[in-house]
Amino acid sequence: MSATEYLRVSDLHAFYGESHILHGIDFSVRRGECISLLGRNGAGRSTTLRAIMGLTGKRSGSIMLNGREVIGMAPHRIARLGAGYCPEERGIYASLSCEENLMLPPRLGSGGMRIDELYEMFPNLWERRNSQGTRLSGGEQQMLALARILRTGARLLLLDEISEGLAPVIVQKLGEIIAQLKRRDYTIVLVEQNFRFAAPLADRMFIVEHGQIAGEIAQHELNDKLGYLQEMLGV
Amino acid sequence: MTDFFGIPLPALFGQLVLGLVNGCFYAVLSLGLAVIFGMLNIINFAHGALYMVGAMLAWLILEYLGLGYWWSLLLAPLGVGLIGILIERLLLRWLYQLDHLYGLLLTFGLALMVEGLFRDLYGVAGLPYAIPDELSGAIGLGFMFLPKYRAWVIFASLAVCLGTWFAIEKTRLGAYLRAATENPKLTQAFGINVPLMVMLTYGFGVGLAGLAGVLAAPTTQVGPLMGSNLIITVFAVVVIGGMGSILGSVLTGLGLGLIEGLTKVFYPEASATVVFIIMAIVLMVRPTGLFGREK
Repeated sequence: MSATEYLRVSDLHAFYGESHILHGIDFSVRRGECISLLGRNGAGRSTTLRAIMGLTGKRSGSIMLNGREVIGMAPHRIARLGAGYCPEERGIYASLSCEENLMLPPRLGSGGMRIDELYEMFPNLWERRNSQGTRLSGGEQQMLALARILRTGARLLLLDEISEGLAPVIVQKLGEIIAQLKRRDYTIVLVEQNFRFAAPLADRMFIVEHGQIAGEIAQHELNDKLGYLQEMLGV
Repeated sequence: MTDFFGIPLPALFGQLVLGLVNGCFYAVLSLGLAVIFGMLNIINFAHGALYMVGAMLAWLILEYLGLGYWWSLLLAPLGVGLIGILIERLLLRWLYQLDHLYGLLLTFGLALMVEGLFRDLYGVAGLPYAIPDELSGAIGLGFMFLPKYRAWVIFASLAVCLGTWFAIEKTRLGAYLRAATENPKLTQAFGINVPLMVMLTYGFGVGLAGLAGVLAAPTTQVGPLMGSNLIITVFAVVVIGGMGSILGSVLTGLGLGLIEGLTKVFYPEASATVVFIIMAIVLMVRPTGLFGREK
């Protein structure tokens, strides 16, 4: 394992009850790198993120997070190693106000963004801070779900379909924010259906199919392998 | 003017105060049930038995340790809370993935066992527990005499309910609790130790029942069945208020206690059933209860 490797997933199998969803996922992410897991619906991309956070049923294989094996750990202990998870359904709490949602996750480490920095980055959240969390628009909820994990000092961001179902102008804004986070040396895993959102941001892209990694494309190979990629994603 | 529709005013006020005292017990007990149901999805049928254990502990603490009411008010709820933590760790945690019915049956079985145990040890006759000296006697209010102990029960219960509401709705710990109630898995993925919170929530919820038991001890005979008599009414209160609403369960408890008290004055024959009549009407009009939300 190289010194700069931040997350290494090896031969990861995961189950929901009796269904076997992941069949030996292998990939790694270097510190400060942004990778994307691409694939069709049901290929196992979201499950991979959930398995890393310990949210699936039975798991086997190995997940090394910043040098620690986390495959048998409870979710709250995995989070405390510095993992921030933004779920596909966004997970905004209806029983909490916008600001309570933002302040909910405890600090996991130093270097989290300050609340005024976050409000500067997401001015809408400041205006809506006293609204009930689920009264926010879809775009605002996505911003909130992202801002929420930036406050904690998590260095690994697991972002599930953050561009899904949002207006193009908001998707563009999210892209700018991810680029900004890359410059701040966050390690980022983007699960995306929207290839055009992920392509300019990801240093490497992994194609997930039938619960396995079917291919890997580096940023500089993108133009050569565009045909292959489109075939795999069925676009 | 000394009477109201033929009822002497002191008698009316006396019944109102008594109704309010009962309402306070309903409120504290249904509050605990609501907190437990919200977080654990368990309908805690052992609640009445643990209320009884609270009162019995107060009696035992006096009998064997020689410590009086004020110590019991602190120690008995703690003891009941610890019993609750054991129950959660050893038994309830295996049931969270299953239907409500399993939790209900398990806690109902526990209630029978606990009641049976105390019946075996102390009989059913009931044991006397004296009002502490500081709170015996009554205050003359001009239009009625207010027994100090009843005033104290009302004050203490309202303070506990208000404190619980504040802790859940206005503090950071309360935000964790609300978040974990709504989406436990995600909350845990943020680094919050949800299994620990679940354990402490159950301990706190039944600790409230234990506290209610201590408050009730001087007002009644302390005995193994005091909980099972009360808990059926409390469940009706919870159904009327709606499961899972903190403020709702408190207001419903107080309101129904008052209604029960008034019924005793104006139509005593219905006083034992009025709560259930209201429950039936509420279920017809609002199946989720007055303050309940669809879950």
